Amino acid sequence: MPEVRPALVELTIARLKEFIRETEAIFWVFGFPLLLTLALGFAFREKPPDRIPVGIAAGPNAQARLAALQKSPVLLPRILNEAAAREELRRGKISLLVEEGAQPVYRFDATRPESRSARSEVDDALQSASGRKNVFAAKELHVAEQGSRYVDFLVPGLLGMNLMGTGMWGVGFSVVNARLKKLLKRLVATPMRKSDYLIAQFVSRLVFLVIEVGVVLLFAWLVFDVRVRGSLALFALISIVGGVSFACVGLLVASRARTVEAVSGMMNLTMMPMWLCSGVFFSYERFPDAAKPFIRALPLTALNDALRGVMNDGLSIVQVAPQLANLLIWGVVSYAIALKIFRWQ
Amino acid sequence: MTAAADLAISCKGLKKHYPDVKAVDGLDLFVERGECFGLLGPNGAGKTTTIEILEGLNEPDGGDVQILGMSWRGQERELRERIGISLQETQLSEKLSVLETLRLFRSFYREGESPEQLLRDLSLDEKSHARVGKLSGGQKQRLAVACALIGHPDILFLDEPTTGLDPQSRLQLWDVVARFRARGGTVLLTTHYMDEAERLCDRIAIVDHGRVIALGTPKALIAKLEAPHIIEFTSEPRLEAEAFANLRGFHGCAQRGDAWQLRVDSLAEAVPQLIEAIESRNVRLRTLTTHEATLEDLFVALTGRELRDA
Repeated sequence: MPEVRPALVELTIARLKEFIRETEAIFWVFGFPLLLTLALGFAFREKPPDRIPVGIAAGPNAQARLAALQKSPVLLPRILNEAAAREELRRGKISLLVEEGAQPVYRFDATRPESRSARSEVDDALQSASGRKNVFAAKELHVAEQGSRYVDFLVPGLLGMNLMGTGMWGVGFSVVNARLKKLLKRLVATPMRKSDYLIAQFVSRLVFLVIEVGVVLLFAWLVFDVRVRGSLALFALISIVGGVSFACVGLLVASRARTVEAVSGMMNLTMMPMWLCSGVFFSYERFPDAAKPFIRALPLTALNDALRGVMNDGLSIVQVAPQLANLLIWGVVSYAIALKIFRWQ
Repeated sequence: MTAAADLAISCKGLKKHYPDVKAVDGLDLFVERGECFGLLGPNGAGKTTTIEILEGLNEPDGGDVQILGMSWRGQERELRERIGISLQETQLSEKLSVLETLRLFRSFYREGESPEQLLRDLSLDEKSHARVGKLSGGQKQRLAVACALIGHPDILFLDEPTTGLDPQSRLQLWDVVARFRARGGTVLLTTHYMDEAERLCDRIAIVDHGRVIALGTPKALIAKLEAPHIIEFTSEPRLEAEAFANLRGFHGCAQRGDAWQLRVDSLAEAVPQLIEAIESRNVRLRTLTTHEATLEDLFVALTGRELRDA
């Protein structure tokens, strides 16, 4: 006869098996964030900078100048008649106007940076076309600063959102389901420790959390070259604290609900403000200053800020301590209240 | 009477009042060790509330409960180790296999049976690796009883264990209960099936409106009816009660829908007299059946209502 494993181990294994055998759940936990990362990553991928529109006044020299300017990779030249050209310059539709004449005249707003770079680009192009020899040809090295692209902003936000969603649903749904089927009642009719049941929920969440975060990170690295700049261990710690905190919040939301409908409503009510405000898809810096203290108090904001800080800015554990503390408080307080008001029958 | 500490179950003056109904209203119950005791009654009689209080899953408003000489207050964990429970409508996790479910339940107890052996005992070994969701109703119910037996309990609580099962599954379950008793186990079960109570139970308490209205062995209870035979008949038009009040050996009657039910000493004497009475009144007899008195008849005699739809 095989030896009897401790109840906590059996409960955790049972929970893991239940989850793995739920095919739809696998998609929502693992597939959905990947698809979201892929879609948004491509939608907001980096494009080369736009060319600068410049005008050439119609006249005998216009065609030659157009040919010269078209060789520049940063200019978008057009021939316009004098009056129309001035109007477009005034309205900012072109950044600079090359006026007719044997010697070109550059008309532009010297206070606009784009116009000033247009001036030097146009001048370079026309000078070269007229036979100027460059003394040397400088080589260019283009820098795309890692951690500054949209996808770099997006990946930690999606991870945070996913940790919230799966943490809350994973625990909340399974608890309410077990209550609905009177399985909870059956379990408390045995000598099982109630804490074992709850802890098993968290431990099984942790196992999936590691896979879930790992899969998204690996995917983002392979497809978009998104990297964790700071410590991977710290990133893992934040993920775990965040995941377990949200599991506790999920337990609280599910602590008394008797139906799946009721718990779904409460889950969405809890998560909706965080989806919108906590900086998943865009920075919460855009919200009014008065709202920011409240937004920062939300656990998803703390999780996103900490993940983003470590991932993109290489923050240390001391620098993300306030966010970690926020998550711990949410977790501990939720668990304590949930345990107190939990409905087993 | 045996002292409470020696009894398997002892409860005195049990009360549970809900705002709209007195579910249990001063109920006394004493179950000896090794006994199979049945709580019999219609739906809503308070059977489930009573058994859940005894199982420590529901708090009574009043009364004293002792299980194996222990109290739910303070000795809950010890008691949980020693009783096995099958609730009325637990759905075990459908995604786990039969064996996984039983191993899980085994892990909650300090001591217990081997899951594999128990599955063989309950003829579920062929289904060991089947998901719970794929089991038939009878198999699910046997697994529920297996979960109750896995901790090697002294007392087995079964709340309507065979409701909704096919005849063969009922027989299999009765067999399981018989084997548990053979090794000295105590059983408390609720049922609204008379035949189940007569077949399984040493003693029966008939419960109605949260009180015990009759208590004894099935034989003694039926004997209480005084008349061992029942005549049930319908006629067109309906007969007045005075028509058969003077039958020889007549002990009482009850209405069952369109039919009259008469309790009599002897069919050989009563049936011809009844037919004579019917004919003399120019009434047409439509149906007439007879049977030996059962617990069902006792319940009808005691309450004037039927068990199943009371």
